[in-house]
Amino acid sequence: MKKEHEHKAKKYGMVIDLDKCTGCGACMVACMAENNVPFRADETDKLLSITWMRVYKLTNAMPFPKTEICYLPRPCMHCEGSHGHSPCVSVCPATATDYSEATGIVSQIYTRCFGCRYCMAACPYHARYFNWWDPVWPEGMEKYLSPNVSPRMRGIVEKCSFCFHRYQLAMEKAHYEGRHGLEEDEYQTSCTQACPAGAITFGDLNNPHHAVYKLKKSENAFRLLERLGTNPKVYYTSSRKWVRQAGDNYLRDEKDNVIDKSKFRN
Amino acid sequence: MKIDRRSFLSFIIGGAAGTALSPLPAKLTDDLSIWTQNWPWTPVPEDGEAIYADSVCTLCPGGCGISVRKIDDRAIKIEGMKGHPVNDGGICILGLSGLQLLYGPTRVKTPLKKTSNGGWKKISWDEAIAEVAENLGKLRSEGQPQALACISGSDQGTVPQLFRRFMTAYGSPNYMCVPSSQDSYSITLKLMQGAQASAGFDIENADFVLSLGSGIIEGWGSPVCMFKANSACEAKKGKVVQIEPRLSNTAAKADQWIPINPGTEGDLALGLAHLIIKDDLYDKDFVGNNTFGFDDWTDDKGKSCQGFRQFVLENYGPEKVAETTGIDADTLTSLAKSFASASNPVAICGRGQGKRPGSIHEFIAVHALNALKGSINRKGGVWAVPEPNYISWAEPETDAVAQKGLQTPRIDGAGTEKYPYTKSLLNRFAEVVGSEGESPVKMLFVSGANPCFTLPDTGAVKAAFENIPLVVSFSSYMDETAKAADLILPNHVFLERYEDVPPPAGVNKNVIGLSKPVVDPQFDTKHAGDAIISVAKALKGSVGSAFAWDSYEACLQETMGDKWDSLNEKGFVVPDTAPACEKTYTTPSGKFEFFAAGYEQVTIEGDEKWYPLILMPYDSMRLSSGFIGNPPFMTKTVEDTVLKGNDIVVEVNPLTVRESSALFVKDGDYAILSTPKGKATVRVHLSEGIMPGIVAMPTGLGHTAYDEYLAGKGTNFNELIGPVEDPASGLDAAWGIRAKLANIAS
Repeated sequence: MKKEHEHKAKKYGMVIDLDKCTGCGACMVACMAENNVPFRADETDKLLSITWMRVYKLTNAMPFPKTEICYLPRPCMHCEGSHGHSPCVSVCPATATDYSEATGIVSQIYTRCFGCRYCMAACPYHARYFNWWDPVWPEGMEKYLSPNVSPRMRGIVEKCSFCFHRYQLAMEKAHYEGRHGLEEDEYQTSCTQACPAGAITFGDLNNPHHAVYKLKKSENAFRLLERLGTNPKVYYTSSRKWVRQAGDNYLRDEKDNVIDKSKFRN
Repeated sequence: MKIDRRSFLSFIIGGAAGTALSPLPAKLTDDLSIWTQNWPWTPVPEDGEAIYADSVCTLCPGGCGISVRKIDDRAIKIEGMKGHPVNDGGICILGLSGLQLLYGPTRVKTPLKKTSNGGWKKISWDEAIAEVAENLGKLRSEGQPQALACISGSDQGTVPQLFRRFMTAYGSPNYMCVPSSQDSYSITLKLMQGAQASAGFDIENADFVLSLGSGIIEGWGSPVCMFKANSACEAKKGKVVQIEPRLSNTAAKADQWIPINPGTEGDLALGLAHLIIKDDLYDKDFVGNNTFGFDDWTDDKGKSCQGFRQFVLENYGPEKVAETTGIDADTLTSLAKSFASASNPVAICGRGQGKRPGSIHEFIAVHALNALKGSINRKGGVWAVPEPNYISWAEPETDAVAQKGLQTPRIDGAGTEKYPYTKSLLNRFAEVVGSEGESPVKMLFVSGANPCFTLPDTGAVKAAFENIPLVVSFSSYMDETAKAADLILPNHVFLERYEDVPPPAGVNKNVIGLSKPVVDPQFDTKHAGDAIISVAKALKGSVGSAFAWDSYEACLQETMGDKWDSLNEKGFVVPDTAPACEKTYTTPSGKFEFFAAGYEQVTIEGDEKWYPLILMPYDSMRLSSGFIGNPPFMTKTVEDTVLKGNDIVVEVNPLTVRESSALFVKDGDYAILSTPKGKATVRVHLSEGIMPGIVAMPTGLGHTAYDEYLAGKGTNFNELIGPVEDPASGLDAAWGIRAKLANIAS
C-alpha cells in the first residue's frame, strides 16, 4: 500500500478547522520565530506588516447580540491553478517563484527576486509581502536567528513556504537513513505544530493515509475564492454556513450562495 | 570606412538586438539582484550542530513543557514539548516569543544602582549584595525589621518561599503576593469546603461548561492546557456557554453567548440555583449526604437559620434576576435546564484571564451552583487541588529582633479578624504607604512582579514607590518597577536558570515541573534565589543561619530530594500520592457548606450622573498583561482594532454613540475617555460585539518602560481604575469603573 504513494507526486496542503481556531495568534508567532521574519517598532499598518501567516477576524455583520465572530488563519494557499499555473508563478518575470510538481509547494527564491511586486498584485489572498525596509534586529537578538532560513533584505518579496526547510531537513534525514518517503509526522509546519487548539492539520493531500486526505472531503470544507480557479491547497472547515459563504464572493441576487465544488475540486 | 547615419543606426539597433538575444540581460538582472542583496548588515545566521533542550516555561503560571531548538550554544526556537502532561506539544504565543525576552535589549545586564540624578550606575555583585545587607542591617539595628516589605509574583515554589523565609528570619510579616482570581477561589474553598487548596477545573471531561466571564481560551489558568481541554470538550460534543457583556474570543467560540449586565454574575448563579431547586433538578444524593446548610437549620444556641434552598427561593426568582442581569426569564429557564440536565456540568468564574480577584459573593454563588449538581471533586467538575507540599524546610530560628518584628500587625491588614482567610492585600499597598509623609515601609523587595504596571491605580502605586527610601528589584528586565527601584539585582531569565514549577494554575493536574538552564547566562546576572541567600549570609546571625544552603541549586536539589533525578531527566514529575482532602471536607460540619446569607455585592466606583458608561478591561492572548512585557512578535500580531499607531482603541457599541449627546464619532475617531481615576485619549472602534453602555479596553498596553517596541503604545487600563475592596475578603473586586466618552474639544 505504502509503496504506491511513495512514488506518486506529493501535494502538501493544510486543513484548518475554523471551529477549533481560537484566534490566539500562536501560529503567527510560531511562523515568525521559525522563519526569521523581522519586526518593526510600529506594525499597526497591516498592509506593511510582514505576516506569512495572518489571522483574520470575520464577523457575520449581525447587530448585537446576534453578532458572531470567526477567526481565519491565512498562510500562503500554495495554489496549484491548473497544472501548476498559480497566479504568482505565472507572472514572475524572474522565475523567483515556482511551483514544485514534486511537493506542490510554491517556492520563493529570495536571491532571484528583484522586487517588481507583480506577484503581489496577482495574489488574490494578500499572502505576499514586500520588504520596504532592511530588516533590523535589536542588538543581541540576531542570536535567535535560524540558519535554516536566510533573512531577507530590503527590496524583495517573501511569503509562507510551508516551512520548506523542514521538508528538506526531513528528506535529508530520510535519505541518510536509506528511506525514500516521509512519515506524516516527519514533516509538519511550524504553525501546525504550535497550534494549542489543534486546529491545523498538515500533510499530503494525495496520500489516503494522511489525515488531511479525509478532512478535506468533509461536507463543511471549503477553500478561499474557489471561483477564481486558483485551486488552493489550504482547506478550511466550519460548521457555520455564514463562515463557509464568507470564503468567496457572491452576487446579491445569486439564488444559492453555495458553489458547485465538484467543478473545482480535483 | 565612412560612418553614415544608416550604418550607425544599423550598428546600434543590431547591437541592441544582439545583446537582448544573448544571455547577458538575464545574467545581469540576476547578478544585480544578487549583488544588491549581499549587504553586510543583513545577518547571516551561523550554522552548527542542532540539538533540542527540554525545560519548562515560567512566563505565566501555566507550567508548559518546552523544547528549545539550539544551534551550538544559541537558542533559536521554542517549541511545545511533546508528551508533557500539561501542554503535550502545544504552546502559546508568549512562550513562542520567549527568545525575544532572552536576547532582548530590555534586559538588565548587570546590577545597577540609581544615582542621585536618576541615572543608573553599574555596580558589581559584591557591592550590590553588600549595599542591600548594609541597609537591612541598619533597619534591624534600629529595631524596625517590620519596615522591610516584599512583593512576590507568586506564593508557590522555592524562590517565593525563599523570600518568605528571609522575611520571617529577618523579622517582617509584610510579605505580599500579587493577587489573582485564585485567591478568591482559595477563600471560597476555605469557606465552603474547609480546604487549604486552589481550584482546578476539569473542563476536558465536562459536558456542559457555564463560564461567567472566564476567558477559557483567553489565557485563564494554564492557557495551553485550557485550550486543549476546550477542544477536547467540544470534540465530545460538550456545550460551552459564555456569559459576559462582550463578545470575547471565548464567547465567539462558545456554543452560546449570553450578554449580561456586568457585575451581576453572582445573581445569575443564584437565579439559576433558584430554578434548579424549584424544579427539583439538583443532585439529591450529593446535596443530601455531603452538604450542610441547604435546608433550614438550628445553631448551637437554638436559633433557627435560613438554609440555602429557602434563601434562593425567596430572593432570586427569575423575574427579579432577569431584571438585574438583563437576561430574559426564558433564557434563564433554558439555561438552568441545560445545566441541570447535563451529566457533568461545571460553572467557572474569574473574569478574563483570571488575573484580577473578584467578589466572594460571586465566587461562592458559582461554587454553590457546582455543588447543587455535585460537580465537586469529581470528573468533569471543580477540584480542590491541595497546595503543593514538596517544600518542607524546618522553620527558621528567629532572634529577639525578628520575634518582635513578626508580632507587629501586617501593614495591609490581611489575616486579621476582618479578613481571616486573606493572605495578603496588595491592593492596599499604595494607600498604606502613601505618597508623602513617613512611609511604614522603609525597604522593599520586588521579585517576579511588576506592581508599577499591574496594580490598579498605577499612579498612586508609583507615588508610593517614590515614598519608600530603598526599593530593591530582582527583575530581569527594565520594567516599570525596576525603573522605580533604587537598586536592581537582575535575575537570570527562565532559560538561564533552574527553578521548580508548581502545579499549573486553574486545572486539576498534579504536575511538578523543573525549569532548567537551556543556555548560559547571557549577562552578569544572578539567580534571585542565590541573591537572597547571599544577602542573608551577608547579614550573618540568625538570618544567615536560616539559609544553610551553599547555593540555590543545592537548596533546590535538597528540597526535591528523591524526585530530583527524575525531574532533571524528564523535566516533570507526577506525584503518585492522591490528594488527601479529595473527598473530605474540613469545615465545622465536616461537609460542604452552603451559605445562605451570602456576602455583599461590590459597587464600582463613579457616579452614574457624571459617568454614564462603564469601562471594563478585556484580556487577550496576544497581549501579555502580567509582569512580563509584550515581546515584539506578540505586539506585531495585535489587530489594528486594538492598537493603531500609538493609540489604544476601545470597543463601543454603535448604539452607545447614537444615544449619547456628547459623543459624535465614526469608527476609528479619537475621543476622550475619562473615569474618576484618570483620563486618556483613545480611538473608538464601533463593534456590534459589545453591550450598549460598555466601553471595553484591552489590558497589557500603555507601558512606560521597556523598548521602542512596547513603550508608549496605548494606555494602561490600570491607570484608569482604582481598587474596590470586597467586603468579605478585602481583595480588589473592581470589575470595571464608571466612565465617560466625549469628543475631543476642537
